[in-house]
Amino acid sequence: MTVHDLLPILTALIPLPTFIAFALIILFFNKWKRVSHSIAIGAMLLAFLMAQVVFWSVIAPDGHELAEHPLHVQIPWLPSGAEALEMGVLIDPLGAFVLFFVSITCLCIFVYSVGYMSEGGKHYDPRYSRFFAYISLFATGMLGLTVADNLLMLFIFWEIMGLCSYLLIGFWWEKNYPDPKQVNPRQAGLKAFMTTRVGDVIMLLGIAYLYSATGTLSFRELLSAETLGILKEMPSYIPGLSAAALAGLLLFGGTVGKSAQFPLHVWLPDAMEGPTPVSAMIHAATMVSAGVYMAVRMFPLLQVGFDIHHGAQLTTPMIVMALIGTFSAFMAATIAVAQDDIKRVLAYSTISQLAYMVAALGIGAYVAAAFHLIAHAFFKALLFLGSGSIIVGSHHEQDMMKMGGLFKRMPVTAITFIVGGLSLSGFPLFFAGFWSKDEILAVAYHAGFNEGIVLAVVVYVFLALGALLTAFYTGRQICLTFLGQPRSDHAAHAHEVSWTVYVPLIALALFAVFFGYIGIPEVFPLLGGEHSNLFHHFVGATLGTETLHQLPHPEQLDLLPFVLSFLISPLGLLAGYLVYGRKPLQAGQPDPLVKALGPLYPVLKNKYYVDELYDAVFIQPAIKLAKWVYKWVDRWFIDGILHNVARGAFGLGHLNRRFDLAVINGGVDRMTDGIKWLAQNGRQVLQTGQVQHYLLQVLFFLCGFGVLYVWGDAILAFIQRLLGI
Amino acid sequence: MDFIHTHLLTLILFIPLVGAGLIALLPREQGKLIKWAALLISLLPLALSIVMVVNFRPEAPGFQFPDQALWFPQIGSSYHVGVDGISVAMVLLTTLLTPLALLISFSIEEDVRAFFALFLMLEGGMLGVFVSLDLILFFLFWEIGLVPMYFLINRWGSKKGEREIWAGIKVPSRTYAAFKFMIYTMVGSLGLLLAIQVIGVVAGAAQNEPAMFDIVRLYEFWPNFTGTLFGLPISTIKTIGFWLFAIAFSVKVPVWPFHTWLPDAHTEAPTAGSMILAGVLLKLGAYGFLRLVLPLFPDQAAAAAGVFAVLGLAAAVVGGLAALGQDDFKRLVAYSSVGHMGFVVLGIAVAAKAMGGGVDAADAVIATNGAVLQMFNHGLSAAAMFALVGMVYERAHTRDLKAFGGLGVVVPAYGGVLLFCTLASLGLPGLNGFVSEFMVFRGAWPVFTLVTALATLGLIFTAAYLLWTIQKVLLGPLNETWRDMKEINAREAVAIVPLMALMLLIGVWPSWLINIFNAAVMRLLG
Repeated sequence: MTVHDLLPILTALIPLPTFIAFALIILFFNKWKRVSHSIAIGAMLLAFLMAQVVFWSVIAPDGHELAEHPLHVQIPWLPSGAEALEMGVLIDPLGAFVLFFVSITCLCIFVYSVGYMSEGGKHYDPRYSRFFAYISLFATGMLGLTVADNLLMLFIFWEIMGLCSYLLIGFWWEKNYPDPKQVNPRQAGLKAFMTTRVGDVIMLLGIAYLYSATGTLSFRELLSAETLGILKEMPSYIPGLSAAALAGLLLFGGTVGKSAQFPLHVWLPDAMEGPTPVSAMIHAATMVSAGVYMAVRMFPLLQVGFDIHHGAQLTTPMIVMALIGTFSAFMAATIAVAQDDIKRVLAYSTISQLAYMVAALGIGAYVAAAFHLIAHAFFKALLFLGSGSIIVGSHHEQDMMKMGGLFKRMPVTAITFIVGGLSLSGFPLFFAGFWSKDEILAVAYHAGFNEGIVLAVVVYVFLALGALLTAFYTGRQICLTFLGQPRSDHAAHAHEVSWTVYVPLIALALFAVFFGYIGIPEVFPLLGGEHSNLFHHFVGATLGTETLHQLPHPEQLDLLPFVLSFLISPLGLLAGYLVYGRKPLQAGQPDPLVKALGPLYPVLKNKYYVDELYDAVFIQPAIKLAKWVYKWVDRWFIDGILHNVARGAFGLGHLNRRFDLAVINGGVDRMTDGIKWLAQNGRQVLQTGQVQHYLLQVLFFLCGFGVLYVWGDAILAFIQRLLGI
Repeated sequence: MDFIHTHLLTLILFIPLVGAGLIALLPREQGKLIKWAALLISLLPLALSIVMVVNFRPEAPGFQFPDQALWFPQIGSSYHVGVDGISVAMVLLTTLLTPLALLISFSIEEDVRAFFALFLMLEGGMLGVFVSLDLILFFLFWEIGLVPMYFLINRWGSKKGEREIWAGIKVPSRTYAAFKFMIYTMVGSLGLLLAIQVIGVVAGAAQNEPAMFDIVRLYEFWPNFTGTLFGLPISTIKTIGFWLFAIAFSVKVPVWPFHTWLPDAHTEAPTAGSMILAGVLLKLGAYGFLRLVLPLFPDQAAAAAGVFAVLGLAAAVVGGLAALGQDDFKRLVAYSSVGHMGFVVLGIAVAAKAMGGGVDAADAVIATNGAVLQMFNHGLSAAAMFALVGMVYERAHTRDLKAFGGLGVVVPAYGGVLLFCTLASLGLPGLNGFVSEFMVFRGAWPVFTLVTALATLGLIFTAAYLLWTIQKVLLGPLNETWRDMKEINAREAVAIVPLMALMLLIGVWPSWLINIFNAAVMRLLG
């Protein structure tokens, strides 16, 4: 057995250590806080090492070898009939990279959590151990999802993450806010679970559909050219849609929920009620990325029938993805501009950035979406952890309007946060976010203006505008937080928390800068070259050369998007600086945007009132309907029928009783009276005391016996015949 | 040893019944002795069931561990028992849940002897239904199970509450519930008995016997029996028989809209009674469909499949909505049974449709497997949920969800267990409920596409009302009334942990259980 044979088994074991850690902490070590975090971090470290071994063993300049011969092992899991659904693990180029970033970000966040949840060792959270148990289970979910070789297994781990998300958002579930309209943690957890559940059941239908249509859920078999060919030709239940398109749309429902895309985006901002490491790990770096990851994974299905070189139209799922992605990206960016809570800005930014990936997939920019997925995970985790450091350092202040002047007080946090912010806004050349976002915009431009796909033009325009907004709100956030003078006592007394908090920040900051360099487009002046786009060559191979070739990919540099991508980010940041940095706000001074945006500001501040709309249209009616169904359908209608039947029977019984009293009881009484009368009077008839009467009776009976003696058998037979015996 | 092997089912079946008699002979005031004796007696069938599962050969055709004896030759009925994979799963569920329910009942103080004797009798009745291979025997046990449950609800049920029936007449809730349960089932039974007699006599007449009630022989004969009798086409008799059977079993499942006895009975029954009601008694109905209705009336079942699919959908969605509208913890859990059994009905509807042909075999098999697994899974999770509701009721003496809040702080272990079981109930992947729901969905999708798509609403409502319940009971600021609430104790933990272990085991590794009945399901569907 060679090392390569052992790798699939090693891969299968990756999710295990953290699960054991979860079980150990929940069952035995709930009371020992330090033991708990040691177990969790130890397990995560082990999983990290295993993941890195796998990653570095399979990485190569070209991914074709791995794409054709991925690490793969499976066992039968769900028998039914003569067949069985198999579960297993699969590492192909895409999976390898996802495993790489997931293991790194998770490990960073585990370490960070020690500092965060104990406020630098000073004040341990009462449920400190449980926190580590939950995030261990979460890591199991994410690692398991990454290595899954089939849709059902992916879905299982997907939902386990959903559970962890629910548990961790509502982690401080006693908390109530003075303002009843403000969503408290337990409501936020419920909202997150329910909203994503809507997407999940749609996805489950897609899985059921694919399984019944093809008899398999394994990625390798499902996404093979042969199966896709069948699905493309197979009609679905909806006229005009192929089975591939309908299944793809249903699966995409899962992405919309999990990656918080419009119209199911409402849960993510409220998910910020959870502890910040949770926001970083689950609601920025990993779980929400899982939605996009699934779409990337299933992309061959979503794009089946699309071939840019033969002028084919975008497929229905692609059109839907492009529209939803573009809309979400732009809408969330506008909302982020008007938020004052440091974490909510980042939450809307997450929705917006995930939407870039979705939109990218919609126009066929497969590799760009995957690249942005990973780059985003690094810099967004960094930003969230930075914001957490700020929050703990400034005594649980989350309102940016009450911050200011933190640069001097928290230098490490400030520098790493700014690195993350520049990466998010796509600051040219030095930051990962630039390379990944630039690639999406470049492909969108190419597809729209060179290949003539109209929708791609719309995508390009709105994503570019979104990028400008992104840079603006990032600049706003940095200026409000770090520049000027503190606007509250909390901010005035802010300080760095502990090494466990800022070491992960530094590690993530390095990735937020350098990760971009493995994805420099070949056509980029000076830096680009034949081998500069390693990521494209490696991860793109997952699709197979043929499919990849059918997607839009710029062969030469387009000047306009090139220039724009250098201008957008600096311009947006500059605008942010001009409004908020040049003359920093004073305490109590209103946001200059309030005046500048006029009536638009409250709309943005209130997130276009979507929450209010859902409450009025879905939630309240559902609750009313539930009460109504119970009261009127079950109690009034169905039970009413039963009661009336019972009442009828009861009434009949009463009638019967009357009959009994009058006829039967009365009759019996009369009969007994009659017998009594007969007995009394009959005695006088029979027992007259006269001998001749007695002799007459003897004669009568003798005759009777005589008849029976002679014809007895015949009479018996007659009676038997009569009774039918 | 040999005796045990040749009469395994008879032993499993009669140990509880004989045990009930023995318990009744113990001195009334020896409460502790009675409880332990009943528990020990109930462990014997469990042990024997495990022997049965181990020795069961899923691939072998026909019924295994058969036992037959002369019983009522005058009417052509014999004592004939035997199991296939589906019944094995149900027997295991019954013998597993009974000891756990008895353990939960250790807190009963009123008339202990009668309670435990009736409970064992109940177990015997349910087991009898699952192992009977004779229609008369089947009916006998079907009715035997009814009697103890009536008394359990009426005598040991919840003392509070009244229910208005009509014209302002009010009766105690538990009397109402017990009566409704009894009469409703009896009405169904009446038709069942009539249909059984018709089948037995007609089949017997055709074979020149007094009557034929043997299920194995009827499997061979009845579905292919055509012609006329007394000028009546056999197909008409079959249609009438089908509906009589179907209605009897629909009341028991319960299929929406025959379900309204369920929330009343489950809510008013003592904890252990609710555990068994939801855990096993509902399965009798679904089992009746699989054991009798589908094999004996394949064509009629196929014709009515669409009706049952829609009723399954109604149960999942309307039942889910009704659960959402509850403020009473126990009634909410009771309604959740309606919704969960809706998925069983949907799976059975696919199987029924397949009996008429035109359904892909793989779809029908996976849906039916899903239905059987869902029966087992619901048995575990419903029993656990009722046990947990019972625990909190014993401590707080209220079931009003609005009266709780923040219990997660005072009783964290209880909270963890409740959360676990709730998640299993709402079908979280990794736990048991998901596997069966997925199988039903997978099998039903190509057959009843629209119904399946709409049934997902049921999944959403289920998640909503269960998580809402968690929120109202465990989360939020602590209601100070419950500051001193006692944590789950060792006895309760012992009763609930096996259920949790099985939920996890089935969720992670379902094939051990599915393999028991997969072959039987395949044979059922031909």
